[in-house]
Amino acid sequence: MVRAVTPDTFSFMVLGYAVILGTMAAYTISLMLRSRRINIELRMLEDAQARERESQTR
Amino acid sequence: MAAGDANRSMEPMPILLKVLSGFSVALFSVALYMVWFYAPREVVMGEVQRVFYFHVAAGWVGALAFLVTAIAGAIYLLREESRWDLLALSSVEIGVVFILINIVSGSIWAKPIWGTWWTWDPRLITATIMELIYIAYLMLRQGIDDPRRRARFGAVYGIAGFISVPITFLSIRLLRTIHPLVFGGEGGSLAGSFNMEPPMFLTFMISLLAFTFVFVTLLWHRYRLQLRAEQLEQTKMKLLLE
Repeated sequence: MVRAVTPDTFSFMVLGYAVILGTMAAYTISLMLRSRRINIELRMLEDAQARERESQTR
Repeated sequence: MAAGDANRSMEPMPILLKVLSGFSVALFSVALYMVWFYAPREVVMGEVQRVFYFHVAAGWVGALAFLVTAIAGAIYLLREESRWDLLALSSVEIGVVFILINIVSGSIWAKPIWGTWWTWDPRLITATIMELIYIAYLMLRQGIDDPRRRARFGAVYGIAGFISVPITFLSIRLLRTIHPLVFGGEGGSLAGSFNMEPPMFLTFMISLLAFTFVFVTLLWHRYRLQLRAEQLEQTKMKLLLE
């Protein structure tokens, strides 16, 4: 009688989920970093605008 | 972009988005738990079959994202409101990420089952072409300076590019393939096919639901990011003109 043996594919499962979760985490972090960079730049530009307006009123 | 949109983007994160983000993370964690600890091990393939749940869910999100792009593009062409173009762009980016996950996780699943990382199978080819079509969308957009022309181009491209989605979906149903067909087919004899037991089916459904919520959450965050990016560009332009 031939018995089916389940192959050991655990390492491929780990690799698969490392890629899936790693890519999703990397994308989420990229969104957060981009958002942070834009907010900093916006704040700097708005400060510059405010300073310019202040100097014009003087 | 309307100035009001840009101002709104500077507002703190809406409560609904915070709730949605928390719920998506919780549901995703539940799906992950079910994949690893609840779903039974498949006898023929072993543990690697667990990749199936998120592999298919990632493909589903990619298709959904490109559908949103096509619909947003069509609405843009009708109304010429830039927020629809920003939504389309945001959706494409997420779609590209998830189709990449789909292709790479499929390749990892294939290695122990088919004995190769890659084969020139119709499903693999059409999925890769679809990915390249939308990567080209992102690259070509960057080459157009005029915002209105860029938005019109994006809308038409997004609608035309969507043809690749049903082609990819139908490729394993219409063409000779070694890719397993889990639903609605007679793919039981193909390597990688399996009979889905009720716990597997439930895990699969929860995974699809979790990925759908993750998509909506990411799309909302990405859209807000794009609004702020537009606002930044406008502020820069204003400063240059002053």
